[in-house]
Amino acid sequence: MSINFTILGQSIFFFVFVWFCWKFIWPFLIRAMRERQQTIADGLEAAAKAQRDLEHAEARAEEILNEARAEARGIVDDARGQAVQMIDNARTDAESERERILKAAQADVAQELNRAKETLRGEVADLAVLGAERILEASIDRDRHDALLDRVAADL
Amino acid sequence: MAEDAGGYIKHHLTNLTFGQKADGTWGIAENAEQAAAMGFWAIHVDSMFWSLVLGVLFCLVFWAAARKATSGVPRGLQNGVEMIVDFIEDTTSSIFQHTNSLIAPMALTIFVWVFFLNLMDLVPVDWIPGLAKWMGIEFMKVVPSTDPNITLGMAFSVFALIIFFGIKQKGVGGFIGELLFHPFEAPKGGNPIVRILLKVAFAPINLVLETVTLIAKPVSLGLRLFGNLYAGEMIFILIALMYTSAVFFVPGGVLHWAWAVFHVLVITLQAFIFAVLTVVYLAQAHDVSDEH
Repeated sequence: MSINFTILGQSIFFFVFVWFCWKFIWPFLIRAMRERQQTIADGLEAAAKAQRDLEHAEARAEEILNEARAEARGIVDDARGQAVQMIDNARTDAESERERILKAAQADVAQELNRAKETLRGEVADLAVLGAERILEASIDRDRHDALLDRVAADL
Repeated sequence: MAEDAGGYIKHHLTNLTFGQKADGTWGIAENAEQAAAMGFWAIHVDSMFWSLVLGVLFCLVFWAAARKATSGVPRGLQNGVEMIVDFIEDTTSSIFQHTNSLIAPMALTIFVWVFFLNLMDLVPVDWIPGLAKWMGIEFMKVVPSTDPNITLGMAFSVFALIIFFGIKQKGVGGFIGELLFHPFEAPKGGNPIVRILLKVAFAPINLVLETVTLIAKPVSLGLRLFGNLYAGEMIFILIALMYTSAVFFVPGGVLHWAWAVFHVLVITLQAFIFAVLTVVYLAQAHDVSDEH
């Protein structure tokens, strides 16, 4: 139980083991642990970032979808407006066409009437002369009465 | 029986000592008296052997883990080793705020090594000495931390580091100043001549007090570990004596088990205390106190 050289031997062992641990054990273990800590921290960070990115992407997708919806609605509205316009145009065209056809028909009718009148006029003179000839049998000077008859025909 | 018991205990407490015998030849002491007569230039072969074996065991185990340490998923040995390293690192960094890469590995070495030294206490007291006797070795004290040479050897190594880092941090002047101008200080302000006179007057008493404080650190550090483990070992030896009696054989077994369970706590705690106090003392050595 006496103090002897063992105390110095133990001191030497102490410094050797502490030195060994200091140089060959501690740094490697600590480095591995720090690296793992870093890896885990990075992984968590990346996961959080991915989560944020996903949220952004979802928001963006929603935005695009809304835009598309609005655009589609716009297109439908435009088309509907255009259709109404086209129907209106068609109606206007049709009406003007009708007007035109009507006018042409009326003009034709008027023309036919005039032609009929002309014909009638010509024939009336002859008929009148014929009638008057029959009535008067002779004696009537055709040239003298033509002017008179023309006036009668014009009054028709 | 009483003499047998006395002899048994004494035998268990005697180191295998190598040194110069009374007749001038070098060799192993044949009994405790001869060992004591060898004086300082003798060595406890058993303590040294077990201390070395356990220290090497610590180095090998931790080195094996460190060599294959991966920052990926740790397995088996690395897991256990990392748990201890992490524990020591936490403890050290909470006590020791300065920058010194030596402190934490030293705390780890002390904790595990001292734990291993203490752990030998849980090996039944007659196993290894019995084996040694069978091999022709008369004395075999297997728990190195029951040898004050071992505990004080470590404590004074720590003491050397305290002084080394103390001087490194504060300079020789600062270190000596700390011994001379503490705890009694000249009051601040006032006549400078009176102040210097007071300082000179306080210096001797401060030196005595501070030297005692300083020396108390390694002595208490070493003797605490030694005392706890020596007492624990002694109780194991006394319990082992009960096995020789037919009447006390069963109660002896129960006691042995109970004391071993309790001792698991003691040896871990003592290893931890030794490591933590080392860190505390070295932190104090690094603290550059305010103006004196």
